[in-house]
Amino acid sequence: MNISLNTTSLNRRRFLGVLGVGASVSALTACGISGETAFGTGAQGGPIIVGSADFPESQIIAEIYAAALNQRGISAETRPAIGAREAYIGALQEGSVGVVPDYSGNLLLYFDAQSTAVTAEEIIAALPQALGETLAALKPSTAENKDSMVITSQTAEEFGLRSLDDLSEHNRQLVLGAPPEFAERGYGLPGLEKNYGFTPQSFEPINDGGGPLTVKALLDDQVQIVDLFSTDPAIIANDLVVLEDPKNNFLPQQVLPVINGELVSYAAAQVLDEVSAVLTTEDLIALNTRVSGEEKANPATAAQDWVAENL
Amino acid sequence: MNIFESTAAWFTAEGTWAGAGGIIQRTTEHLGYSALVIILAALIAFPLGLLVGHTGKGENLVVALTGALRALPTLGLLTLFALWLGLGLTAPIAALVILAISPLLAGVYAGIAAVDPITVDAARAQGMTEWQILSRVEIPLALPLIFGGIRNAALQVIATVTIVAYINLGGLGRFLIDGLAVRDYSRMVGAVLLVAALALLVDLLLAGLQRLTTPAGTS
Amino acid sequence: MNWLSSNLDYVAQLTALHLLQALIPLVAGTLLALPLARLAVGRRRDGRSTELSTTGGKVRRATVINSAALLYTIPSLALFVLMPLILGTSITSLLNVYVALSLYVLAMMVRSAVDAFESVSPTTLEAATAMGYTPVRRFWMVELPLAIPVMVAGLRVALVSNISMVSVGAVIGIQSLGTLFTDGLRRNIPAEIIVGIIGTVLLALVLDRVLAALGAWNTRWRKV
Repeated sequence: MNISLNTTSLNRRRFLGVLGVGASVSALTACGISGETAFGTGAQGGPIIVGSADFPESQIIAEIYAAALNQRGISAETRPAIGAREAYIGALQEGSVGVVPDYSGNLLLYFDAQSTAVTAEEIIAALPQALGETLAALKPSTAENKDSMVITSQTAEEFGLRSLDDLSEHNRQLVLGAPPEFAERGYGLPGLEKNYGFTPQSFEPINDGGGPLTVKALLDDQVQIVDLFSTDPAIIANDLVVLEDPKNNFLPQQVLPVINGELVSYAAAQVLDEVSAVLTTEDLIALNTRVSGEEKANPATAAQDWVAENL
Repeated sequence: MNIFESTAAWFTAEGTWAGAGGIIQRTTEHLGYSALVIILAALIAFPLGLLVGHTGKGENLVVALTGALRALPTLGLLTLFALWLGLGLTAPIAALVILAISPLLAGVYAGIAAVDPITVDAARAQGMTEWQILSRVEIPLALPLIFGGIRNAALQVIATVTIVAYINLGGLGRFLIDGLAVRDYSRMVGAVLLVAALALLVDLLLAGLQRLTTPAGTS
Repeated sequence: MNWLSSNLDYVAQLTALHLLQALIPLVAGTLLALPLARLAVGRRRDGRSTELSTTGGKVRRATVINSAALLYTIPSLALFVLMPLILGTSITSLLNVYVALSLYVLAMMVRSAVDAFESVSPTTLEAATAMGYTPVRRFWMVELPLAIPVMVAGLRVALVSNISMVSVGAVIGIQSLGTLFTDGLRRNIPAEIIVGIIGTVLLALVLDRVLAALGAWNTRWRKV
């Protein structure tokens, strides 16, 4: 049952990839009338398209959402690696995708840069208003993956660093490597400056989403401090030090599905809630290890295995 | 504000031009990378093209090589070299040098090969050495096509150097990649205009240089 | 190449997408280039070689060729990114790639189509007129077929460059063999990138052969 559904979805994906946007356009028109409820009738206009950001973990979670929906008989397919948040939220708003996985804190800041929410609960409470009419955040999972400032254990020892609070004494001594948007985001360079009074010696924009180039640059001492995801297997593998963040510069980042309400049915939302209820941070680390570690498992395969095991 | 106004606003905003990360710095970097790439590619392409064009040996190889090099995706080379070599100049420059070899090699080879064999024989009959034939007869006569190759390579390299910003280097591509990361279209449009203007300017300069160095009678 | 054997389906799917994104623009760009190039060449009748001798003809020819060359200075990544802005398309739409690459093919093909039309001997055209061909019929039956050999040479260059350029779309999340580059970089899989590079080159070489064979078949009268 599971397998046959997945095959049809793959064939469909191949077919729809050829057609481009056709499916989502018809889904939009099909749901235009049902504006009174938060959810559309979704599937009747075609499969639900799950988008993702351009880094592996987001793709894995997107594949989990799609696999879970397909397993429950709701046709879904993925549109991986759309880009940074600006890109995939744009795609969600215009309706070319129906669901994307996102992280609660950054999502809130994206829509409301002035938000004062700090705790996980405050963030979830503030989201509905920030997201506006078209978009909605579903229930968050306990799984969390934050941007975190990471250094080598050698640098930690040499400079006596344990927390971001210690950085201000080493202003303009450390080179910071992170994705390009880090230079401008509220939690990025502006946040480090504001909350911890830290300015790096220089900023190296590394466009691999905290991937191998970032880690290699850190290990080769080309940069001394990098932005990695807290679920990155490289942190444990290389004995790296995650700097503490006492002032919550990096907000809590629970994984949750963001949907375009017109494209996702109530039944589909319930399946996504089911996923969020069981997805944990440990799961994310394990999945990341499978996909980016030695095994190099396909994100879809890793996701399907997780769904088969947990749902 | 429409895209034209916001692009104009970007161009006139304080700090866009001068200082760290400004247009002036990025343009200088862009030109520097481009020049480095073309010089390195020329060091490989010119001797090879001259040799094959002069001796007529290995023509099939050159034709196949220029074709295959043109098919190599620069983004693929860039990402592969970056994984192997990490950050820094080497990976992106190596990827771009491979891109630039093809038009340079094609220009030099075609230029030399197109020189009338009767002219070459006449030079030989006058007692010129092979080196003299190459340097005093073939190269000057081949200059228009060689310059064609250089101008082609320069256009391609200046447009493609933008992707070195995909790894971590500077250049005008920085505006494109950073703008893309935060969906700032005005910055991206600005970058496109700057790259196009730079490419045209360099092409004009090379055209002028070509006019100055080409012997009378060839066109 | 363990990676390849366990991801064959994925690579096949991406290859199909790549092929589509390379071929549709090739056809569209060439179809657009033909009338433009023909316009640039100008009227050719009564045995006069071309209209090139007149100033108007020169200006028109230069305008068409130079504005096409100008298109080529725009970085492909930039063109992909700006397409949604110009066309009003979705960010993830394949249409962005189709239109952007068609423009590049147009830029490359205008030049070689002009050369191709100019390579046709005016005497031949005059002879066709003398035999009673109408201008339209003369274009389709005589001028275009005779221009094909030179045009195919240009088309082959455009095809190969185009196949290499499709992969840049991966940077903005449009799937093709280029996806193997961005994904391989993020997941640290050199083998994946190598498969993408070899796949792209193979695709280019195979299609180049096909195009060359098609060109030879179309001009088989040359051997008679």
